[in-house]
Amino acid sequence: MSGVRVAGVGLTPFGEHAGRTGRDLFAEASLAALEDAGVPRDDVEHLNYGNFMGALAERQGHQAPLMAEAAGLRCAGTRYEEACASAGVAVREAVRAVRSGENDVMLAGGMERMTNLSTAEVTESLAVAADELFEVRAGVTFPGAYALMARAYFDEHGGDREDLAHVAAKNHANAVPNEYAQYRREVSVEEALDSPPVASPLHLFDACPITDGASALVLVSEEYAEEHDLDAPVAITGTGQGGDRLALQDRPEMSGTPAAADAAAEAYDDAGVTSDEVEVAEVHDCFTIAEVMAIEALGFFEPGEGIAAARRGDTTREGDLPVNLSGGLKAKGHPVGATGGSQIAEMTRLLRGDHPNSDAVADAEVGLTHNAGGTVASAVVHVLEVAE
Amino acid sequence: MSDPEADAPADTGFDDWVESLADGGRFLECANGHGSLPPRRVCPECGSTDLSEASLPDTGEVATFSEIHVAPSGFGEDPPYVTAVVDFGPVRLTGVVRGLSADEVAIGTRVRPDAERNEATGNRLVVFRPA
Ligand SMILES: [Zn+2]
Repeated sequence: MSGVRVAGVGLTPFGEHAGRTGRDLFAEASLAALEDAGVPRDDVEHLNYGNFMGALAERQGHQAPLMAEAAGLRCAGTRYEEACASAGVAVREAVRAVRSGENDVMLAGGMERMTNLSTAEVTESLAVAADELFEVRAGVTFPGAYALMARAYFDEHGGDREDLAHVAAKNHANAVPNEYAQYRREVSVEEALDSPPVASPLHLFDACPITDGASALVLVSEEYAEEHDLDAPVAITGTGQGGDRLALQDRPEMSGTPAAADAAAEAYDDAGVTSDEVEVAEVHDCFTIAEVMAIEALGFFEPGEGIAAARRGDTTREGDLPVNLSGGLKAKGHPVGATGGSQIAEMTRLLRGDHPNSDAVADAEVGLTHNAGGTVASAVVHVLEVAE
Repeated sequence: MSDPEADAPADTGFDDWVESLADGGRFLECANGHGSLPPRRVCPECGSTDLSEASLPDTGEVATFSEIHVAPSGFGEDPPYVTAVVDFGPVRLTGVVRGLSADEVAIGTRVRPDAERNEATGNRLVVFRPA
């Protein structure tokens, strides 16, 4: 089995790109990744591409061949859809393809265009990730579903809105120096608490923004990296995926995310590391409560302990385990189909030392990314390590 | 169009189930006693295909809820409205709360199920009323 190196990463700035097409966004990220990798375009053997709501937002299905063309690739592509974990699963399948020996060079990533829709239309489009019959028809929005989980969490473990506001403040502070982040401004705990309600107990500053953007990674086999003398110090050493019942009502508990725990267990086992060895993480904080449940499911904190982690300082840039140094989905932005690739791009930059927040984890050798679909009916976890 | 669902996909098993909530409601029970909701051919807990219909308990307890302030376009419900997941023992149901404000709903509040037609979409709507 071949090892897998991240040879290059590319991102568009996350934010509002009114007037730009999805194909233009993905082309920008892809060209940046190929240039970063120093890999000729013709060596790319397959495109693994993530997208969730393109058929609704851009009236464009069948996006993989379109995006391969936009990136100038003369190879086939496959679109992966797993709601907000679409790019995560696209990367995971690329890792598996390289490991199997089937491919030596893969382009993986994703794109989402969302700001051309109204807030109500985005709300409706994202709700498609929930159970149409048993949740959407009952008025459960995407924020509403996380609100149901947040209230269940508070009831079972305690915690309050102020704890969540500390998560928002932390991630906004981390986004300030990140040139790719949508909101590069600090948000105080008070400001987050005072923001208007979206779905009680969640308020506006508990939620990630509506975002356009693309991410791309060039993944290569160790053999290819050696042969071509690539500077690719970061390896993806573990990958895992977990699934759960789609509707919240059908899960034994609503205050945790077992799909993420399953994905993490598989990824840790695959990499041969434990949660204790992880020094930095990028987790799927589409809502502040999602970060809390993620850091518990990933084994960093016991159930009930994650809620105050940001408030205690454990997960801030000065803490023992900085979480979402990119700014997270919360402040960096969440173009849903691009997010999983973006997390791995940010983690690669953090571990290589060329991220504006790399100094917070200067000696880190083990990082983790966690990408979730819907209310974590699917989850993809990757372990990244500095290999040389 | 006289029939608001003329262009919609058929949801027969689901629609019939929601309609049944007006008369107390039902759920599916497998040979091993697991509860689930129709339409379904296999018990998701144990894989049993031996499913039979059973009556829902008269009332359930709110397991979690949210007051939704930003609604999807075309959903019809005027925000804010309250959505809840209600525990009926063998199964849990998600629906819109009627007759109680957000301040009057708490985890543990007892409600009974009912069925309405969502006038904006023509879809059946699961609702909960004070028990
Ligand atoms: Zn069963």
